[in-house]
Amino acid sequence: MSQEGLLRPGIAQIRVLDMDEAITHYVERIGLDMVGKGEDGRVYLKGYDEFHHHSVVLREADTAGIDFFAFKADSQQSVDAFRKRIEAYGLEVDDVPAGEQPGTGARIGFTVPSGHRIELFAHMDLSDQAPDTRNPYIWKSEPRGMRAQRMDHCLLYGPNIDKVEEFFTQVLDFHLPERVDLPDGTLAIWMTVSNKAHDIAFVNHPEPGKLHHLAFFLENWNDIGHAADLMSRYDISRDVGPTRHGITRGQTIYFFDPSGNRNEVFAGGYTAYKDHPVRVWDHNNVGRGIFYYERQLNDAFLSVVT
Amino acid sequence: MADGTMTRSFTIRFKGADRPVTCDESQKVLIAMEQAFPDSRLQPVRVGCRQGGCGACRVKVTKGDYTTAKMSRAHVTEAEQAQGYALACRIYPQSDMEIESAFLGPRRAPKGQN
Repeated sequence: MSQEGLLRPGIAQIRVLDMDEAITHYVERIGLDMVGKGEDGRVYLKGYDEFHHHSVVLREADTAGIDFFAFKADSQQSVDAFRKRIEAYGLEVDDVPAGEQPGTGARIGFTVPSGHRIELFAHMDLSDQAPDTRNPYIWKSEPRGMRAQRMDHCLLYGPNIDKVEEFFTQVLDFHLPERVDLPDGTLAIWMTVSNKAHDIAFVNHPEPGKLHHLAFFLENWNDIGHAADLMSRYDISRDVGPTRHGITRGQTIYFFDPSGNRNEVFAGGYTAYKDHPVRVWDHNNVGRGIFYYERQLNDAFLSVVT
Repeated sequence: MADGTMTRSFTIRFKGADRPVTCDESQKVLIAMEQAFPDSRLQPVRVGCRQGGCGACRVKVTKGDYTTAKMSRAHVTEAEQAQGYALACRIYPQSDMEIESAFLGPRRAPKGQN
């Protein structure tokens, strides 16, 4: 294959204040499948179109936010090679043993300069609820709720964004399709390890380790509308949308889970190849970049995080 | 009402607001505030996630009784809760109340520092 090293986002572990409310939200409303509950109470979820054991982990805690975001690699050899490069860059790497999450091999973890824990792993079992691969139907049973196909990406808020860009592009081999540069420095970066418009994004922010949103991929604009219908029906706290991003061109709604973590349902988005030039937005146009129809940022986009 | 289940409603006074807000006992204070002040520029308390996680609607209750749902301890510790701090999206009135914004901003140091 031509894509080597890291392949895609693999796991997001999210803190929730009330597990029962969180399960209703992520399973019944967003439409993820619950694949298991650990002895420590963590709940494991996957989208109906995801092949592997899980992609979202919920952990009950007394604060909201994100514990870590993990990327899946093509092999253990790649993980070992990244470990050497990460340590050579100057970050401390720790080990998470195989089986710490069900169906999941050994992971390595480290804290990037924005204060977020990132993990890499090579192995996860295929799910017994995986999509068919032989003469497949488009789904095994009809999708539920907002019909989320998969966990797609996250946007994280923290300091030292220039260092974060350097680390992800030079050490983890990400490329950067799009950025916002203000007169006093970089506000935001969108980075991908695949050819999706983004696998992870960062916004410069004084407090380290914050979560702006965790996004789920929907099939199309009609499903975004269906998701909005569900948000009104079930009184889900909505932030912005349905609208479109100029950056990535994705169609979107921002909303909140019952613990205040922002979610996004996301459809579309351009294809980002490594040899494409970087799209750059300046301070006069960033509003249209973030919310293409409103053409202005709202206060919540820049300040409401968990 | 004929079945005897009266919904009680209370008057909430926000510091800096030009008029009081009516809030049912079954309604979260922040939601009543948003309905009374749909223009965000006039809102006396910031609106964020509305779910107890982000801290945008952190307030101090200076008068009145209320019940509290679960909220992130990153924004209101148990000690602060005992002093009347709360997230407006997590409290239900049990009497008339007086409230002022106590938003800490994004620069608050994480736990263990400061």
